[in-house]
Amino acid sequence: MNTPTSTTTASGDRWTPSEIQLQRLAYRRSRNRRSTLIAGSSTVVLVLVVGWAIVHTQGWPRFRASFLDVKYGREVFVGILKGLWLNVRLMVVCEVIILILAMLLALARSLRGPVFFPIRAAATIYTDVFRGLPLLLVLYLLGFGVPALRISWLPSNSLVWGAVGLILTYTAYNAEVMRAGIESVHPSQRAAARSLGLSHGKTMRHVVVPQAFRRVMPPLLNDLVSLQKDTALIAALGTPYYDAVLQAQIEAQTTYNYTPYVIAGLLFLALTIPMTRFTDWIARKQGWTTAGATV
Amino acid sequence: MTDLRKPVAGEPGWRRPDLGPPATDLLEIEHLRKCYGEQVILSDLSLTVPQHRCVVLIGASGSGKSTLLRCLNLLETVDDGVIRLDGVDITDPRVRADRIRTQVGIVFQSFNLFPHMNVLDNVTLASRVVHQIPRPQAEASAMEMLERVGLADKARARPDNLSGGQQQRAAIARALVNRPVLMLFDEVTSALDPELVGEVLGLLTELKAEGMTMLVATHEMGFARQVADQVVFLADGGVAEAGPPEQVLADPVDPRTQRFLRRIIDAGRL
Repeated sequence: MNTPTSTTTASGDRWTPSEIQLQRLAYRRSRNRRSTLIAGSSTVVLVLVVGWAIVHTQGWPRFRASFLDVKYGREVFVGILKGLWLNVRLMVVCEVIILILAMLLALARSLRGPVFFPIRAAATIYTDVFRGLPLLLVLYLLGFGVPALRISWLPSNSLVWGAVGLILTYTAYNAEVMRAGIESVHPSQRAAARSLGLSHGKTMRHVVVPQAFRRVMPPLLNDLVSLQKDTALIAALGTPYYDAVLQAQIEAQTTYNYTPYVIAGLLFLALTIPMTRFTDWIARKQGWTTAGATV
Repeated sequence: MTDLRKPVAGEPGWRRPDLGPPATDLLEIEHLRKCYGEQVILSDLSLTVPQHRCVVLIGASGSGKSTLLRCLNLLETVDDGVIRLDGVDITDPRVRADRIRTQVGIVFQSFNLFPHMNVLDNVTLASRVVHQIPRPQAEASAMEMLERVGLADKARARPDNLSGGQQQRAAIARALVNRPVLMLFDEVTSALDPELVGEVLGLLTELKAEGMTMLVATHEMGFARQVADQVVFLADGGVAEAGPPEQVLADPVDPRTQRFLRRIIDAGRL
């Protein structure tokens, strides 16, 4: 790499690096080369050692046969992938409803004044209850319990009740996230909006909520990743709705080979890992969301 | 009471040619009291602001200047006393606060622009949302206002891309599009770098010359001396001394005013 002897910046400033600067640059380059070499070789050594250890552990052949059976895996792959499509659709439908309900709930909890006490109290009790209950329990209660009541005008479809369970639970979580976002908008923003003559509702709609929503994007996406994998819990409600996990379970039950579970797990990871990375990226980009937030 | 002034493109609403003898008192404050819990901020404050006049509030930090301005904009509820705007008691709980607020503009120390909107949207928000003016008309009158404060070229910029002085001028434009009859300025230059103070104070001076009725809380004694019709010194929750600037600032009677001004002179700020 040849060292630039003289450059001209965009502003037209001619600059020739001094002798001492050139020495510094050369030193830093050699340090960087060394670090890269060390990191690369140590990674290779680690992978080789761990790989050798795993393959030479007692029971490795049995493990490979019942968890990593490539031929069997290929057979069941398409069925599980079709099951995953149900999980994805379920996630999308639920998330849309969750976001709307959570926002309404968060706004209800941010209402002030004694008139709104019943609404505030109801919203608080709801979030407390559904954040505290295990999701699986909610799914059992709704998915098996409600259809068993045989009330004619209620849907008896267990998938619908599974979705309702997911929505009820995740709405409670997302409402808390949004409420935190609403409360994080500095009171001076509210004062500025009210001083212009905007009502409480208009202040919320045009000034507070848009800023709050940007700020809570990362935690909301985090909850979405969580929802995405929790759609697998509807497998507990059984047939006739085959999601990825239920499909894998049926396969594994007949053959006592666990490769289908591994396949289902890998498919979920293929969805959730990109989502997680995207969430991190959004969080890093927070510059555009909090800029100017210092009142 | 004057009707809700809808901003329209054309003549600025506050430009009034008559600068003759003191007109009626636009703002009358009688025995105002305001506490935060146990802490009494304003105990018994009375003050009037005549139409087209500029009254400057001075006083130590914590003397209640900001609290007073927030009460006048109904951002705080008062604990006792009466505030009359154009003869109407605005401390009456039956009064529609949002309507009063469109007639009283306030500019804050830290600008409080909405960071998620560009300057033009900041300025047009009240027109669009409160007065239901269609966007093209709202933007036309907002652009005139931005032209007026020298920010027409920054209309599409985000607040965080502006200097402090530009942000404060945008905030002033935002308050002015409502065509307020009274403008409140709450230490509007305190958050600015020294070299940016001039552009904002210059704008305030122009507004005064155009006949805007103004109540200005400030630590800028030079501005008080040159622009104020009356200087009011606040201390101990009330008005300690009030009068023309040449008297209050040069020859104060009240010992508290004397002490305050001596500290300012010692700090080289007068």
